[in-house]
Amino acid sequence: MVGYLVLAIVALSLASYLLGRRRALASVEGRQQELHSRPNYHGAYVAAWVGIPSLLLVLIWLALQGQVIDRLLEGSLPGSVTQGLDHDQIGLLLSEIKSVAAGNVFGEPSLVVQEAAERYGRWQAIARYAMVAAAFSLALLGLFFAGRRISPEFRARHGVERILSGLMMACSLIAILTTLGIVLSLLVEALRFFEKVSPLEFFFGLSWEPQIPIREGQVTAGGAFGAIPVFTGTLLISLIALAVAIPIGLLSAIYLSEYAHPKLRAVVKPLLELLAGIPTVVYGFFAVLTVAPAMRTFGDMIGVPIAPNSALAAGGVMGIMIIPFISSLSDDAISAVPRAMRDGSYAMGATKGETITKILLPAALPGIMGGVLLAASRAIGETMIVVMAAGIIASLTANPLEPVTTVTVQIVTLLIGDTEFDNPKTLAAFALGLVLFVVTLALNILALHIVRKYRERYE
Amino acid sequence: MSEAQTIGRRRPARELASLESNRRVRARYAADRRLQAYGIIAIGLAIGLLGILLASLIATGYPAFTQTKVNLEIYVDPAKVDPKDPAQGNFRAIVRDALVSNFPEATTDKQKTDLTKILTSDASYIVRDYVVRHPETVGQRVTLPIAVSDPFDQLYKGVIPKEVDALSWSQVEWFERLQNRGVVVAEGGRTNLKLDVYIDPARIESGPPPTGDFAAVARDSLQAYLPDVHDTLLFTMLADNAPDAIKQRLEADPSLIGKTVSIALPVSEPFEVLAKGGTPKVPNPRFTAAQIAAFDALAARGLVHATFNWELFFNADSRFPERAGLAGAIMGTFYMLIVCFALSFPIGIAAAVYLEEFAPKNRLTDLIEVNINNLAAVPSVVFGLLGLAVFLGFFGLPRSTPLVGGMVLSLVTLPTIIIATRAALKAVPPSIREAALGVGASKHQVMLHHVLPLAMPGILTGTIIGMAHALGETAPLLLIGMNAFIPSVESMGVLEPATTLPTQIFSWADSPERGFVSRTSAAILVLLGFLVVMNMVAIVLRHRFERKW
Repeated sequence: MVGYLVLAIVALSLASYLLGRRRALASVEGRQQELHSRPNYHGAYVAAWVGIPSLLLVLIWLALQGQVIDRLLEGSLPGSVTQGLDHDQIGLLLSEIKSVAAGNVFGEPSLVVQEAAERYGRWQAIARYAMVAAAFSLALLGLFFAGRRISPEFRARHGVERILSGLMMACSLIAILTTLGIVLSLLVEALRFFEKVSPLEFFFGLSWEPQIPIREGQVTAGGAFGAIPVFTGTLLISLIALAVAIPIGLLSAIYLSEYAHPKLRAVVKPLLELLAGIPTVVYGFFAVLTVAPAMRTFGDMIGVPIAPNSALAAGGVMGIMIIPFISSLSDDAISAVPRAMRDGSYAMGATKGETITKILLPAALPGIMGGVLLAASRAIGETMIVVMAAGIIASLTANPLEPVTTVTVQIVTLLIGDTEFDNPKTLAAFALGLVLFVVTLALNILALHIVRKYRERYE
Repeated sequence: MSEAQTIGRRRPARELASLESNRRVRARYAADRRLQAYGIIAIGLAIGLLGILLASLIATGYPAFTQTKVNLEIYVDPAKVDPKDPAQGNFRAIVRDALVSNFPEATTDKQKTDLTKILTSDASYIVRDYVVRHPETVGQRVTLPIAVSDPFDQLYKGVIPKEVDALSWSQVEWFERLQNRGVVVAEGGRTNLKLDVYIDPARIESGPPPTGDFAAVARDSLQAYLPDVHDTLLFTMLADNAPDAIKQRLEADPSLIGKTVSIALPVSEPFEVLAKGGTPKVPNPRFTAAQIAAFDALAARGLVHATFNWELFFNADSRFPERAGLAGAIMGTFYMLIVCFALSFPIGIAAAVYLEEFAPKNRLTDLIEVNINNLAAVPSVVFGLLGLAVFLGFFGLPRSTPLVGGMVLSLVTLPTIIIATRAALKAVPPSIREAALGVGASKHQVMLHHVLPLAMPGILTGTIIGMAHALGETAPLLLIGMNAFIPSVESMGVLEPATTLPTQIFSWADSPERGFVSRTSAAILVLLGFLVVMNMVAIVLRHRFERKW
């Protein structure tokens, strides 16, 4: 239905393009040079006025229709039915009405529900026809308005370019809208979570057991939402990942930028970059398939029990993934150290190794730090590896051989499957998401700040 | 001389050729070479890990590219299938009869049911689909290749063995410890454990005849030799008749109760083999002996063969690994990427063009730039949360659909595309713009007619890389439910629930059946194949069309 409407609007828009063109040509009886703008611009101007407002209307209408009809439906229910029901129960009633309206009748719905379902179906139909009518009348209005403006003197090109600029600006605003959407959705849901669970418990509690309440009024119905074990687990796994990635990444960057033959560099660098291009779900499966069993066997051999979903396996594999982040950023930082410092060091008789460790690395340290921070933010936000290879149960331990859980694992496990937005379990995921967003953002801003400041120093 | 000594005292003489100085120089160069070696080791490690990753995926994944099948001769019994309505026939019975007719020795229902487990549980549907397509075969004999069930597929490919080791290595180790203590003795072709047995009066009544828990006495005595082992597996070492040895000894001499006496206890069958230097084997518990015999008989008659597994690409998902394919996931990915491209390509270009060419330098554009740079580093799972809360929760779009998946992924890829497009626009030299402006083109005309076409190869390269990134993205898709179980590709569309390659990999990796391990690896290889193709296209585009100014 909506698809056909959109197609119809596009077709109408195309038709009005041709119409506008012909009308512009007709206004000067075919002598193009008398027009201020070429006929194409006249056509495009009309087409834009026909297409854009009506498409926008359809989009906004679709976005709001559900909400508006829900409000109307809720208001139309007799007070005797809604009295004493809280928000959740009304939501349930509404979805029952909708499923009855869709023809999925289970059991014998009450008379009120049946009437409401009928009303709902009627309103839906009205809304649909109203939308079509509104969209078409807006398109015709646009055609009328723009069509009337066509004349030899009309500066259609300027109009089209203004519209184009507006559209492009709207597109670039999407970046802000996305950030706004992230912040708002996380904040709103997290605030709802903090209405049910105090922030003190969330940020300082030591026990994380977000089970679903099985019965109404159960003692542990809310579960325990102390996120400290989740945070420490994230920290542990990220530290393991960095412990793997920093030495490997940094040393390979040193070798590639200072020692390696350009031909070797041309081969090795893309290979290292390849590590960053492999989807993380592949790393997760690699951890489960190869790394964790290998570690377990090794642990058995030396007599140390290693859990199958140990932090070591997940963190180690994550370390492999972030090697290229560290190596390429360190490489950039080392290469950016001015030639003069290098030459000065050589002139003093230093070996290449001494130049690297005593001159280049200290000089490049801020850049390397920036790279490490970016890698850390990657590690904290990485999801699939830990979802597949790390634990689900939050335990407060610093032992890398034990399973721990992370923020991202909890977000995914809490939200997988059907989700109810009123459950503290679901909302907890958004609170965790907010923490994750803030922390990674802070790390990024810090890293970019360090890198930029350092770059300015040498430029 | 004295002057030289004072200087020497103040600062030790450092002759360039002295031994000490040579040593120092050597040490310094050794340190340099060490650093170089560390670098080589680090690179070797990184590339080695990449190699291990790919090798383990290929090693586990390649068996899934073939599928073991049995050429089964089937009599499409008109008594069981109505020629007018073939879809309603009793195909389960037809398949069963066709298979069992090869093995007249199977008579009971249990035996027959065991035999049909050789074939996939979907066998009846395969036959039904064939007969529905060829209704003229009712009443005739047809030979169809039918996939075998997962364990037999693995067996035929040699992934799992017919026999498995009977003993764990810890059991072997315990036995070796006993051997080292000289407890294991061979007597008359039998292997015994010569143990000091304490006849516990708390367990044994003196009788006569003596009664009680002789088995417990035997276990206690064995445990006394290996006090650090806390595992009931230890007691499998004793043969079933070991308690009888104690009983016989007591019957001969009841006065031994309460004393410790040396008795030879026989070891169980696998340890007997182990003591004689063999490796004890038991049949793989996943199969019955009759099943293996039947399967071997089919193979001996040349009916079993492994063919290239086209079903992996043309079947949709299934609960049975031998029937599960990637068609649904590939279709879902395709729809999703189309939505993602349709949104992020025009929006990304428009935003980049605006920011690069038209935007006035002010607070708002600065804010947009900061936002784009930061969005590129936001964890993708957060975009999933956004999609869940806004697209599904607020706008009420249908869950699990490629539409929502594509919308979320377009937000993930937008920063990449915008950044790549801006770089491509920057690379177009100002002389082009100036020339166009000089002949009277408007700013928009310069952009649309000259700069954009010249920048297009760079933009396309960036877009393809962004799409490749989107193709591998999993976490946000899980949050919006794009891991639906899609058993048929017929009803798929942009507004229908779907799954994608990465989420399919995730679901398969979670499945307990062994066959899904190699399917998962195979799916990963397919995904990596797509990624390689996309990146190759990007590289070719860059080399072919990108102009150096």
